[in-house]
Amino acid sequence: MIRFAALLDRLLHTPARNTKLALLVEYFRTTPDPDRGIGLAALTGELDFRTAKPAMIRELVSDRVDPVLFGWSYDFVGDLAETTALIWPEALTNRAPPLLHEISDALSTAKRGETPSLIAGWLDTMDATGRWAFLKLVTGGLRVGVSARLAKTALAEAAGVDAGEIEEVWHGVEPPYTELFDWLFGDGPRPDLEGRAVFRPLMLANPLEEPDIGSIQLQDYAAEWKWDGIRVQIAARGAEKRLYSRTGDDISGAFPDIIDAITFDGVVDGELLVVRDRAVAPFNDLQQRLNRKTVSAKMLRENPAHVRLYDILFDGQEDTRALTFDSRRDRLLAFYDRERPQRMDVSDLVPFETRAELDALRLSCRGKPMEGMMLKRRDSLYLAGRPKGPWFKWKRDALTADVVVMYAQRGHGKRSSFYSDYTFGAWREGESGEELVPVGKAYSGFTDEELGRLDKWVRAHTVARYGPVREVEPGLVVEVAFDSLHRSTRHRSGVAMRFPRFHRIRWDKPIEEADRLESLEGMLE
Amino acid sequence: MAAPAPRSWIDVRPEGLYVRPGDFYVDPVRSVSTAVVSHGHADHARPGHDTVLATADTVAIMEARLRDQAGRNRRPLSFRERIEIGDVTVWLAPAGHVLGSAQVVLEYKGSRVVVSGDYKRADDPTCAAFEPVPCDAFVTEATFGLPVFRHPDDRAEIDKLLASVALFPERCHVVGVYALGKAQRVIALLRERGWDRPIYIHGALRSLCDLYAARGVELGDLRDATAGQKGVAREDFRGEIVLAPPSAIADRWGRRLPDPVVAMASGWMRVKQRAKQRGVELPLIISDHADWDGLVDTIREVAAPEVWVTHGREEALVHQARLDGFNAEALRLVGYEEDET
Repeated sequence: MIRFAALLDRLLHTPARNTKLALLVEYFRTTPDPDRGIGLAALTGELDFRTAKPAMIRELVSDRVDPVLFGWSYDFVGDLAETTALIWPEALTNRAPPLLHEISDALSTAKRGETPSLIAGWLDTMDATGRWAFLKLVTGGLRVGVSARLAKTALAEAAGVDAGEIEEVWHGVEPPYTELFDWLFGDGPRPDLEGRAVFRPLMLANPLEEPDIGSIQLQDYAAEWKWDGIRVQIAARGAEKRLYSRTGDDISGAFPDIIDAITFDGVVDGELLVVRDRAVAPFNDLQQRLNRKTVSAKMLRENPAHVRLYDILFDGQEDTRALTFDSRRDRLLAFYDRERPQRMDVSDLVPFETRAELDALRLSCRGKPMEGMMLKRRDSLYLAGRPKGPWFKWKRDALTADVVVMYAQRGHGKRSSFYSDYTFGAWREGESGEELVPVGKAYSGFTDEELGRLDKWVRAHTVARYGPVREVEPGLVVEVAFDSLHRSTRHRSGVAMRFPRFHRIRWDKPIEEADRLESLEGMLE
Repeated sequence: MAAPAPRSWIDVRPEGLYVRPGDFYVDPVRSVSTAVVSHGHADHARPGHDTVLATADTVAIMEARLRDQAGRNRRPLSFRERIEIGDVTVWLAPAGHVLGSAQVVLEYKGSRVVVSGDYKRADDPTCAAFEPVPCDAFVTEATFGLPVFRHPDDRAEIDKLLASVALFPERCHVVGVYALGKAQRVIALLRERGWDRPIYIHGALRSLCDLYAARGVELGDLRDATAGQKGVAREDFRGEIVLAPPSAIADRWGRRLPDPVVAMASGWMRVKQRAKQRGVELPLIISDHADWDGLVDTIREVAAPEVWVTHGREEALVHQARLDGFNAEALRLVGYEEDET
């Protein structure tokens, strides 16, 4: 627990991804089994004690600390686990702090009434950081800025294998992952995946840019729509049925409608969408269903999920990834004809003859639930990762608008001394004349050199400061690019941009010539 | 004849704590004719007094920081040297806060009040340790007056820093420190834990580090942190430790350092979310103030029947002192800053 607490403490305060990686690598290399496996499970969210409810923690601490002092302390700190960890009286004890696996073993076998005294006993053996990490662990929710993906990437780096290797076996192993660590660091065999509905790493596309646009042989490629949902994988083996996100996170819990529709054995690749009356709904509707652990009946009714299939990785037990795209396509169609699963269909290929025709198709996506075109080489095998050449995505052109910088905020990590996050606005008729209303925020699309100049400009034109934010006098026009524009009740302007970024800084342009809110509203989807 | 009650001869005025039978103030926040100054931090040692009484170290610090505003007449006092001001006898006892820091002991007609200024109980190689003085009324600070503040062993905190330097040898470690006291204590602790490389310091720390060294506190080889200017390569600072005021790190000055790990030495670092909000990557809980246990134990040890609590989180410490059977109240002194660093 003490090693894990030190790791969490460091991770909490570390903004940089590479530093987090280095800390995790060090942990996996130097921590013995089975503790490192429990640590890995906690970081990847596979470990769920949730045995200690906040009320129980409050009760334990009120047995030991004056309630008035606890109340003031809680007001100051603002977090129950941390307040408790800090205020817990240091006890004189000869007991060693628990190891992670001792905690997990004891909690999984403890009877209901035994948990509070177990927890109090452990708290007595640890220092403040140990108590903090322990309470985060048992109340569920580490929140130290590490995704399951990052933890697995670190494990791969520690073992010197490709991250895809870990993903491939991940859903076939369980905490404390001794089998996995034996394979990665010892002489154990690769974990056996037969009979498991495990995630298989996806094949991803590169953006089609100059000079590839002119040089690729179009007749070698098949084209299909790039639907505007999220890329998913369905894996089913026997009774085990799962829906995975692009990164291998199991999102089955949020999509019981899809899980119920899985009646086959195999692994397929597709786009998760909300489809109503056979029409694909805007991305915003799908957004309502993402990042949830459970889903209400109303949500299921109002935003029914659907998967539009692109590819097949396993047909029954047979691995089809070494077949060509054309052969896999035949297998996918045959599979679909045979199984006819509900809430699924196959994404059509889009016939085309010429580059100009393809370009026109791509541009026609504006206003529809497509982001552009996918080009897939007809002879391409299904390869994990993002190999260059076999698959391209060719997106519709971004929308652009000229907007006025209104606020700037300091960035994070490397950029913490720079004002690198900009809120910008468009003109509208206000109660007292023309006014700017914020329409979005962007922090990318400029070079380091431009950032230096922007930072200087912000500092020289500040009119007010609110913590890390500076309000600047209207004086700088930026051409921002964004993928689409949606209605939003959460923004004062009533619109929200998707993926806004700097396109060009218009140092030359007078602010009066920036766009008006009405012209932006004309771009709403 | 019974000794007068402490509150009968000491007043709280807008200028600060006023000792009526001697017509002088302790740590006044505005310029006055006679001031007894507990230590050299800016909110206690203000410019422009006519007469200043303080330890020789504090007088030297005030001269370095305030120059011609350090007080027209400056009277250095040794610890335990007694002096009469009006009808009041004044003497100083060590407070353990920073170099020269003192508790101000006030005696009038058999009644004794101790104004402890800022103090700590942890061992500090750069200043004399706090000595409890029995008295009728004890005036205590309450900067860390909540039971969540318990400062760990400062040597273990320094070891955390050194472990991080070993883990990230290609990065530079920059530690945010207050210029008076914290900077020199961190340097002295680093030396004690075996860091014998040069330590690089921001320009704002130079004069006080030199003053400490001149007054006998060994700090070793200190160099100016001039990376990225005047022909000094940023890369030269890889693997090095740099000290700077917290305000400089998050701003443009910090850019000259190669991929720095931002550390901060402060008692506030105990609260993780607070450290995180400030963008601190490596919080070091090192404080020049007493922690909660230090405050509570000191009140019990001094055992004055009356406890007056000043700047900080007074209400919690008053609450605890009353639970412990003392007659405690908050003194509403204005003008002392919450020491943010």
